[in-house]
Amino acid sequence: MSHGKKIDWFPYLLLIPALLITLIIVAWPLVETIRLSFTDASMNPATHYVGLDNYEEMFSRRFPEVIARTFYWMSLSVAFKMCMGIFGAVLLNASVPGRTLARLLVMPPWIVPIAIGVFIWGWMYNGQFGMISGIAQRLHILSGPFEFLAYKNSAFMSTIVTDVWIGTPLVTVYLLAAMQSVPSDLYEAAWTDGASRMYRFRRITLPLIMPAISTMALLASIWTFNSFDIIWILTEGGPRNATTTMIIDTYKTAISRFRYGEGAARAVMIVIFLSIFSACYFSLIRKLSNRGGVK
Amino acid sequence: MINRYRWWEYVLIYTGLALFLTFILAPFVEAFLVSMRPLDGLFSIPYRFITDDMSFDAYVSMWDSVPLLFRYMMNSLGIAMAVTICGLLAIVPAAYAFSRFEFKGKNILLGAFLAVNMVSGAVLIIPLYKVMMGLGLLNTYFAMIAPGTAFVIPTGIWLLRSYLMKIPRELEEAALVDGAGRMYTLVRVIIPVALPGIVVVAIATFIAAYAQQFIYALTFNSVNELNPLPVGLFQFFGRQRVVWNELMAASLVGILPVMFVYIFLQKYIVAGLTAGAVKE
Repeated sequence: MSHGKKIDWFPYLLLIPALLITLIIVAWPLVETIRLSFTDASMNPATHYVGLDNYEEMFSRRFPEVIARTFYWMSLSVAFKMCMGIFGAVLLNASVPGRTLARLLVMPPWIVPIAIGVFIWGWMYNGQFGMISGIAQRLHILSGPFEFLAYKNSAFMSTIVTDVWIGTPLVTVYLLAAMQSVPSDLYEAAWTDGASRMYRFRRITLPLIMPAISTMALLASIWTFNSFDIIWILTEGGPRNATTTMIIDTYKTAISRFRYGEGAARAVMIVIFLSIFSACYFSLIRKLSNRGGVK
Repeated sequence: MINRYRWWEYVLIYTGLALFLTFILAPFVEAFLVSMRPLDGLFSIPYRFITDDMSFDAYVSMWDSVPLLFRYMMNSLGIAMAVTICGLLAIVPAAYAFSRFEFKGKNILLGAFLAVNMVSGAVLIIPLYKVMMGLGLLNTYFAMIAPGTAFVIPTGIWLLRSYLMKIPRELEEAALVDGAGRMYTLVRVIIPVALPGIVVVAIATFIAAYAQQFIYALTFNSVNELNPLPVGLFQFFGRQRVVWNELMAASLVGILPVMFVYIFLQKYIVAGLTAGAVKE
């Protein structure tokens, strides 16, 4: 084994399986995507380098609109998820009878296969017979059947609601864990001083879970940005591209239309945005761990 | 006392909880009700929750109308299990290395694994598709298992590493002093002691692998017999007039395995899922 100053190979040996899979399935394809984005790769086996043609073509085709839509979709979805998560965590943190059961019931949307949850929402959005349209008609909010996935704005909002439904449980449980790690003597001291519950929440809970909130918001943004299954199953990016986010656009171009080169250029744009998010995430983590804030 | 609420606070809390849980659970209730109604009863106006012709018929007839349903379910379970086993084979040694050894590039490698979590499958799908096609691996289980495995590794390493760091080093030092080799120490000393942590990671991995069987199967597989449940149902019901009651019945049955795991092991799962996102 190792002697003196010789490099100890044992830890590297232990990393081989994980590294090998990650290199083959993630790292190499990532590099290959960048290479392909400069070619005219398609079903045709002969490919040529075409320089920046794919990028030029992409931006001439209303691509900025897709980027804007992606960020709009993501921001709304993350904002709703965070609000729902904070709302749910506060309620589940209250020491009332039945909270153990309530905590148990929060997780299912996250645990169930995403596609299956989305099938159910597909039915709920059905205009003629679905639950939402049905109840809205009964309450006289809607005067007649409304097909949620058939119109641009309602399809856009519907995909967001489903995405929020899937993402909320994790945000809730994560923030709940953060709230529970707030030392209880802080509350007791404030309580002895006569601070109201609202005051204690604003001045103790909220500041102390702020690192958890910002970490989660960033992670949720990344996951939401990458969201594919929900939109693909509900609308396939329609109607008239109203729900075509960057991921959907990439998939449609590369896999449905077999334009690998053009698709790869779109994928590279996604990677660029994801790197920016990741950089933010890592610098946030570093800042927080220097302060000894999060655990 | 500090935790005593006034009556109106109870009302507020329970109303809030009721609203929150309605949003979370309404789709499941609706799916169950739909699965219980005959197809022509479904399309009734005005909308009603309960009708008097409810039955479990769809749960019987779905096996005939979707001939491969059982096959899809077994595929889903099989793929998720294969991903879990392959994942663990990579996760356990890697997490051990990260928790116990100081080596060059450790932090960069750890960060790199974490960064994998930020990449989505859709970004990598083009080269992966070309390679799978080139190697003749399209339409095999392998094409669905390998990408799935790569994406469960980072979280698994992260989870297990923090668990292993809590195990006292004296334990393996004692084994090493006794002359045991390092591989032997890992297999015979560390793994048995870390078993509870490994089980948590295995469960979290299984659930993730079961939940995320869509894009790879949709793209890399066109052989119906190999499809996991989500893609099988998506393509079967997408092709013709949707038989909603059977689709909902099949979906609910497909949910059962994870629900079963969840109800019995929920304490560990919630800890596992959140720790993956919380730690450091």
